[in-house]
Amino acid sequence: MTGSETPPPGTVLLHEVAHARAGDKGDTSILSVFPLDDADYDWLVAEVTAERVAAHFGDEVAGDVRRFEVPLVQGLQFVCRGALAGGVTTSLALDTHGKSLSSRLLAMRISLPGRAPARPPG
Amino acid sequence: MSAPTARIGSGAGFAGDRIGPAVDLATRGELDDLVLECLAERTIALGQQRRRLDPTTGYDSRAEQRFRALLPVTLPRGTRLTSNLGAANPRAAGEIAVRVARELGLACRVAVVEGDDVLDRVDLERPSLEDGRPVSSYGEVVSANAYIGADALMPAMRAGSDVVVAGRVADPSLFLAPLAHRLGWDLDDEAHLDLVAAGTLVGHLLECGAQLTGGYFADPGVKDVPGLDRLGFPYADVAADGTALLGKLDGTGGVLDRRTVREQLLYEISDPGAYLTPDVRLGLYGVTLDATARPDRVRVAGARGRSRPDTLKVSAGYRAGFRAEAGLLYAGPGCVERARLAGETLRRRLAEDGHPAGRIDVIGCPAEGGDAVDVLLRVAVMVGSRDAAEAVCAETESLYTNGPAGGGGVRASTTEVVGIASTTIERDLLTPTTTFLEA
Repeated sequence: MTGSETPPPGTVLLHEVAHARAGDKGDTSILSVFPLDDADYDWLVAEVTAERVAAHFGDEVAGDVRRFEVPLVQGLQFVCRGALAGGVTTSLALDTHGKSLSSRLLAMRISLPGRAPARPPG
Repeated sequence: MSAPTARIGSGAGFAGDRIGPAVDLATRGELDDLVLECLAERTIALGQQRRRLDPTTGYDSRAEQRFRALLPVTLPRGTRLTSNLGAANPRAAGEIAVRVARELGLACRVAVVEGDDVLDRVDLERPSLEDGRPVSSYGEVVSANAYIGADALMPAMRAGSDVVVAGRVADPSLFLAPLAHRLGWDLDDEAHLDLVAAGTLVGHLLECGAQLTGGYFADPGVKDVPGLDRLGFPYADVAADGTALLGKLDGTGGVLDRRTVREQLLYEISDPGAYLTPDVRLGLYGVTLDATARPDRVRVAGARGRSRPDTLKVSAGYRAGFRAEAGLLYAGPGCVERARLAGETLRRRLAEDGHPAGRIDVIGCPAEGGDAVDVLLRVAVMVGSRDAAEAVCAETESLYTNGPAGGGGVRASTTEVVGIASTTIERDLLTPTTTFLEA
């Protein structure tokens, strides 16, 4: 997802323009995304959709991804069900809480404003 | 009892949290209240297991260490200390506070709040909140604790306690109760719902300690945090109208700004329109965060409250089996291929012996081909007995002499796993009690 040698032109890594935090509840990972520059919020709303977040994670998220918009704090909240290998307490993953999923999300590429949407990762 | 503002600090955000920053905050912070949040979902189930083996245990294993560090600071200053570190045995933890205070020669009134243990009355045939299966179908249930609210803490607050020790109180409720007491909010008054929401929001923001002040945040070059090694813990000055000014002590490391606060605002919130606690349904869409002229201060307002849920959430702990976890390191050219060969070899051997598949990962692979400097082969399997788990660990260790070239550094461990399934219980089935101990 991150390592393509020549990034598609007209795109930017989400990590360059946004910050994120991961939380957990049972088998659900809750990912919050905010622009580094508040003026970019509407752009993120357009680019970082629930569908693209689901496509970015692929099989890592077994259930659905739902997005909430919290504009007063420029926040996008992604509630990803089935993302924690059965749940924090019985997961066999190394990162049982999915704390690292916020950074994995920031590995997503989005289109610069005025460009066509980035291709979902294959 | 009403005061213009109350200053409440966060002295622990989880059971393993650092103690030094809490002592600093209590020493220099001129706090009215200090709250230690020390209980994760599973902590209490593990505590119940320890208590079953030894009835004098079951509380947070660092309770004594925390009291020894903090009571010499909080008691002389009149700062009330409230915590859920009682876990599965609040009484025993309260007795430790009394003993520590006596040894220090300090007077101390300790309130012990119990009544969250509902194992004898919860309906295990109810569907779990996780996937709708009955809780009983998950496995042998060994504990069931209800998330009780701020109302259960109010008798302790009103009685002039110096230390309040409880078990499974909902995290934000630990903050709401002291605030409601000091600011004259009535938890049962519909007209006070926005104040209850405001106190809950303050609790939500403070309950993870340094996650508000630059912990869980630093990302060099993008989000730099000065003095991460000296992170300070946060506090809030809360006004009677529910507005709050968040801060951290001058001279501490870290950063508290709109970015750190909004990350924590949405942290673990599965519906920003209705965050359910035992005390209120908290709506976050109207919350505003404003930086002030002074660095490391953020003003918070705009929480909205609707009436509390009719039922309480219950966390039930069940025996989920034994987890075997093991790994070893491969380095240099071809390390990814050698680690994968080791994983496949191990997978076949475990299957041959009838163990469940579990998962085998190679950690540290580069994203698109190329070679890694080194990678970790990791195996994790859930099995039914300690013996089986140890057999999995031994099979992994045997890769030293029976696997690919250059595998080293085997680390293997076996852990009994208590899983958590959640359900609900009617409020009237609980009767929280408060007991006072004196030093």
